[in-house]
Amino acid sequence: MASLTRHIKLFAKVNPLLHGAQAVAVSKTPCLSQKRSFTAAKPFPVAQYGGRFTVTMLPGDGIGPELMGYVKNIFRYAGVPVDFEEIQIHKESSEEEFRNALICIRRNGVALKGSIESKYGDNTSEISRNAALRVELDLFANVLHCKSYPAVRSRYSDVDIIIVRQNTEGEYSMLEHENVKGVIESLKIITRKESERLARYAFDYAVKYGRTRVTSVHKANIMKLSDGLFLETCRNVSKDYPEIEFNNMIVDNACMQLVAKPQQFDVIVLPNLYGNVVSNIVCGLVGGAGILSGRNYGDHFAVFEPGTRNTGTTMAGRNIANPIAMLNASCDMLEHLNLSYHANLIRDAINKTLNVDMIHTVDLGGQATSLDVIQNIIKIIQANTSSSNW
Amino acid sequence: MAAAVNRSLLSGLKSIRPLVSASQTRSLHGVAPLTSAIQAPVSKPEGRTTATLIPGDGVGPELCQVVLDVFQNAGVPVDFEEHYLTELYAKRSETLDEVVDSIRRNGVCLKGILATPDHSSDGELKTLNMKLRDELDLYANVVHVKSLSGLNVRHKNVDMVVIREQTEGEYSALEHESVEGVVECLKIMTREKCRRIAKFAFDYATRNNRKKVTAVHKANIMKLGDGLFLRQCEEVAAMYPNIEFSNMIIDNCTMQLVSNPHQFDVLVLPNLYGNIVDNLAAGLVGGAGIVAGASYSSDSVVFEPGARHTFSEAVGKNVANPTAMLLASANMLNHMNLQYYGNMVKSAVDRVIRIGKVRTKDMGGHSTTLDFSRAVIANLRY
Repeated sequence: MASLTRHIKLFAKVNPLLHGAQAVAVSKTPCLSQKRSFTAAKPFPVAQYGGRFTVTMLPGDGIGPELMGYVKNIFRYAGVPVDFEEIQIHKESSEEEFRNALICIRRNGVALKGSIESKYGDNTSEISRNAALRVELDLFANVLHCKSYPAVRSRYSDVDIIIVRQNTEGEYSMLEHENVKGVIESLKIITRKESERLARYAFDYAVKYGRTRVTSVHKANIMKLSDGLFLETCRNVSKDYPEIEFNNMIVDNACMQLVAKPQQFDVIVLPNLYGNVVSNIVCGLVGGAGILSGRNYGDHFAVFEPGTRNTGTTMAGRNIANPIAMLNASCDMLEHLNLSYHANLIRDAINKTLNVDMIHTVDLGGQATSLDVIQNIIKIIQANTSSSNW
Repeated sequence: MAAAVNRSLLSGLKSIRPLVSASQTRSLHGVAPLTSAIQAPVSKPEGRTTATLIPGDGVGPELCQVVLDVFQNAGVPVDFEEHYLTELYAKRSETLDEVVDSIRRNGVCLKGILATPDHSSDGELKTLNMKLRDELDLYANVVHVKSLSGLNVRHKNVDMVVIREQTEGEYSALEHESVEGVVECLKIMTREKCRRIAKFAFDYATRNNRKKVTAVHKANIMKLGDGLFLRQCEEVAAMYPNIEFSNMIIDNCTMQLVSNPHQFDVLVLPNLYGNIVDNLAAGLVGGAGIVAGASYSSDSVVFEPGARHTFSEAVGKNVANPTAMLLASANMLNHMNLQYYGNMVKSAVDRVIRIGKVRTKDMGGHSTTLDFSRAVIANLRY
């Protein structure tokens, strides 16, 4: 805290105009006891009736729809008590359709989501639907568990890193403007409240899953105020968790260390954009976009999606996409719904398909099609649930 | 057994192919419905499932036997844990805790009707049914009132769902005599429970591709109690832009039900009104022997006949109509992801009624329960 105040004083000397606003921000008491005002002030009960769940499904663009088809098919064979409410949101969908999709997630509480295409140059006035969805639903934490599969050929075979990424503010605040012709300002917003919430989430996660170390990744040597605040908050929170080791690393160094010696990392907590970059690096380390799933958590809602959030438009409809990432996301969802039996059933089948039967799609260096993978998983599920083992 | 496995593999393969071609057409042409209702998957998982069975009073045990026979002949992979629960012979009944444990464990229960005597022996105000509902928090009762083709009744093509809150309201079992000759009966309405049932109704409508939800109340008289219910329904309705919401006062609603029942889609009601409307609506399509219902909590579900009559005067006479129980059991199978068998039982019952050769007394025929059961078994199509 002391160093942060010093930074601010330094900054204030250089730019006295900003002093007032900054001083107010710093003197504010820590937000622990503050009443939270989230988008969903009133928690809406989740749609769970008689042990069956209704979950919103947003297939999105690209390979999303076909992957969702696979998920539904596998759920059928595993006898999963989940019904999907399917809402088609594409890049051309209107604002109203998008609103309805948000309402649908609010009332079901849980969603499985493909990526919605958001390209530069189409319509710059429009914000990314994916980012907007996370902000609207207040999904502040994005959690990515990067664990290598033994049989998937990759540079490192023993990576096991959890990335906890801030998901709603920072560079993704969608505040950009052109003050003077040719000069664009893009605002990066870091708040103590959100940083603290994220840091607490990361430390709680570490405690819950028996992790030993949390690394805060930042660029506070350059962005002394914003990333400084993030780092400072993480450090403060770490004092409440004496059993968890805390260290910090500058983002450029962290990237280098990740590709050189990823084993040193355990839980990584980082602001939005760094999180985006770093999670893609780690996904690349363990086998590419087709494997890992990501989880987005807020206080009331949870959205599950493939970890790297690519649409895979070029692969759509060619039966070559790797369905594992979406299946892993669906298993995460089942675990979130406390359906651990079904989640384990599917996960075991995935593991066996990848590691024992070695059925790999093209992106993993194999020859199999998406359907080969799915059929093998279904075969294993049928064998594991057949009444002869009853 | 081997044949069954082969069949399941074949059906599995068949079901994979169209799925892929469907997704390919979508990505090629980019044409898809913008919002589609939830599709019930046709699932036939391997393995057996366990459910609780409460035969109940009156003709319940006879009807449950029909269900067991049909299940056995259809090869349904469900095992029942049978529990005898009754309020009539307290000493012969199993304890409520045992039954509740079993339902908690299995999550699914098939139940006959429990008789509720007018006078309780020990001064207890809560009936066994109410205790069971409270223990399991079975707050939502769903009765799907649908005309069966082949029956000659006053209204054809009725298809509506009556959703009833059944843990509070008039059924709170809070009655007392403050002054000699003056009895107060408390009707309790809470925001949380009203909201919960309203959300249940809209979620049910969404899941089953229904278009309209009507809240039924008497808020013009009970401005606070029923007013709360109505307000919560209105608030929840705002979250469901694709479903039309309307409200109707209970007296008008009952009149409309008997004169033009086709205007209704999903009805959501507080406890006592729900009870009345359930029975009224069941009468529209052929009586208590026809209509299946279910009670939901968030974790477990009890399937039972929709209109709760024990029909104790027919015990042992082999005349009761097992349709309601069979339809409830088919719903149970669908709920358990055994849609293959659920559809098999449902269509067998539909076929028997449509053909109309075998009809029990209440459907205007002379057949016995056993005849009906045999006819359903003969009509099972694998």
